[in-house]
Amino acid sequence: MIKIAIIGFGTVGQGFAELLVRKRDEIEKAIGEFKVTAIADSKSSISGEFSLSDALKMKRETGRLRDDVSAMEIVRNAEYDVLVEASVTKIGGGDAVEYIREALKRGKHVITSNKGPIVADFDGLMKLAEKNGVKLMYEATVGGAMPVIKLAKKYLALCEIESVKGIFNGTCNYILSRMEEEKLPYEQILKEAQELGYAEADPTYDVEGIDAALKLVIIANTIGVRARYEDVEVTGITQITPEAFQVAAEKGYTIRLIAEVSREKLKVSPRLVPLHHPLSIRGTMNAAMFKTDTAGNIFVAGRGAGKEETASAMLSDFYEIYAGSP
Amino acid sequence: MSEVLITLIVELEDRPGQLLKVLQPISALGGNIVGIIHQRGKKTPLNRLPVEISFKIDSSKVENLIEELKSLGIIIRSFNEVKLTATTSVLLIGHLIHTDISDTISSIDTDGEAECVEMHVSMPEISGPSTAIITISASGKEKLKEALEKLREVCRRKEITIIEPVNEELI
Repeated sequence: MIKIAIIGFGTVGQGFAELLVRKRDEIEKAIGEFKVTAIADSKSSISGEFSLSDALKMKRETGRLRDDVSAMEIVRNAEYDVLVEASVTKIGGGDAVEYIREALKRGKHVITSNKGPIVADFDGLMKLAEKNGVKLMYEATVGGAMPVIKLAKKYLALCEIESVKGIFNGTCNYILSRMEEEKLPYEQILKEAQELGYAEADPTYDVEGIDAALKLVIIANTIGVRARYEDVEVTGITQITPEAFQVAAEKGYTIRLIAEVSREKLKVSPRLVPLHHPLSIRGTMNAAMFKTDTAGNIFVAGRGAGKEETASAMLSDFYEIYAGSP
Repeated sequence: MSEVLITLIVELEDRPGQLLKVLQPISALGGNIVGIIHQRGKKTPLNRLPVEISFKIDSSKVENLIEELKSLGIIIRSFNEVKLTATTSVLLIGHLIHTDISDTISSIDTDGEAECVEMHVSMPEISGPSTAIITISASGKEKLKEALEKLREVCRRKEITIIEPVNEELI
């Protein structure tokens, strides 16, 4: 029986729990029986005897869980084999760094969707996991449902990955592709994106390229390029004019916010992308192009955000821990 | 077939129809004019007008062209040929006009090995930022890289946003 503790019970945590409920049969067939033994959010928690469906219902209806035991206590004391850490990303890592460290020290696997801790202490956390003979999985930190981390670490394991170029922020991609279509200024399209829920009231984190830069740092470290957030040269999309798309189109280009990592480069910036290039995707999509020595170019695309998409990436990590390496 | 960029300075008599005499053979041989600069302030003692003409043309046609121009009695003062094997476009956004766009662009060409061969500026309002796409050709990938590095530097100084292409065959 695999025991799971979930820390962070917002959109992503709930999304993961819902997938566990809905896909229980498929999951158990693939990796064996499992049980969620504890859940904690920032204000409340539940552990001991409870049903996952009831916990979800309680959270949806009352905004909290049954007990008052803190997340840290759950991490330290609850009985579990794998910690699913789905709290909100804080630059610098926040409490989540400690949750993950504590779980790894206890010899528990960790699956996280949280960029903060992975960016803040990539090496430290990875070494800690290795030392304790457990896995730290973080597919959901980058590219939502699109496979990036396991693609690099597993399927391209013996390739030299020379560069990765990608679109890792759906908000920016939405704004840019709408500017391209509508020939309207940035401010106007931003407003539209906010109304549709694709952009936050304070869009800085997305439009200034911070989110994409955090993800780039994670990818860089994954492919063996030691990088910190401060190392990334970041330019956002707020300076882009509607005319830029017109003049670019005359030469067969569009504009997208591209994050790029190679041995020489660590950069997030708007770039000219040929109209026929796979990275010229539209809407809230994410995409990544891996350039390798032996496998040539590998391209992946998919939905970069969303409750179920992010949960699906975490579920793929869960599968990888228990059934991925026969 | 390989394309070259020719920069030609000819001395023309200051009367109608002289420029056309030079342009016609270039055009007849498939040349593509990039720019023409009349150097009105630099008249020669014989009252001739130096005119700088830049154009792209197939390298195999250059010899014929020079013969042709000479046979028409055109005085060629200088002739510079650059093999253009690497080309890229970059987009510039900012106060391009106020920051002297011609200075910005000439910054890439310090040794005659790289050249801005095309430019399109869009300026919706005088006070707002303008946008330009420029195409740079150079005699090789290394020279193109150098030219871009110079352009980046100038753009940093002038607070111009530079948007470079993502396709790697270019950079």
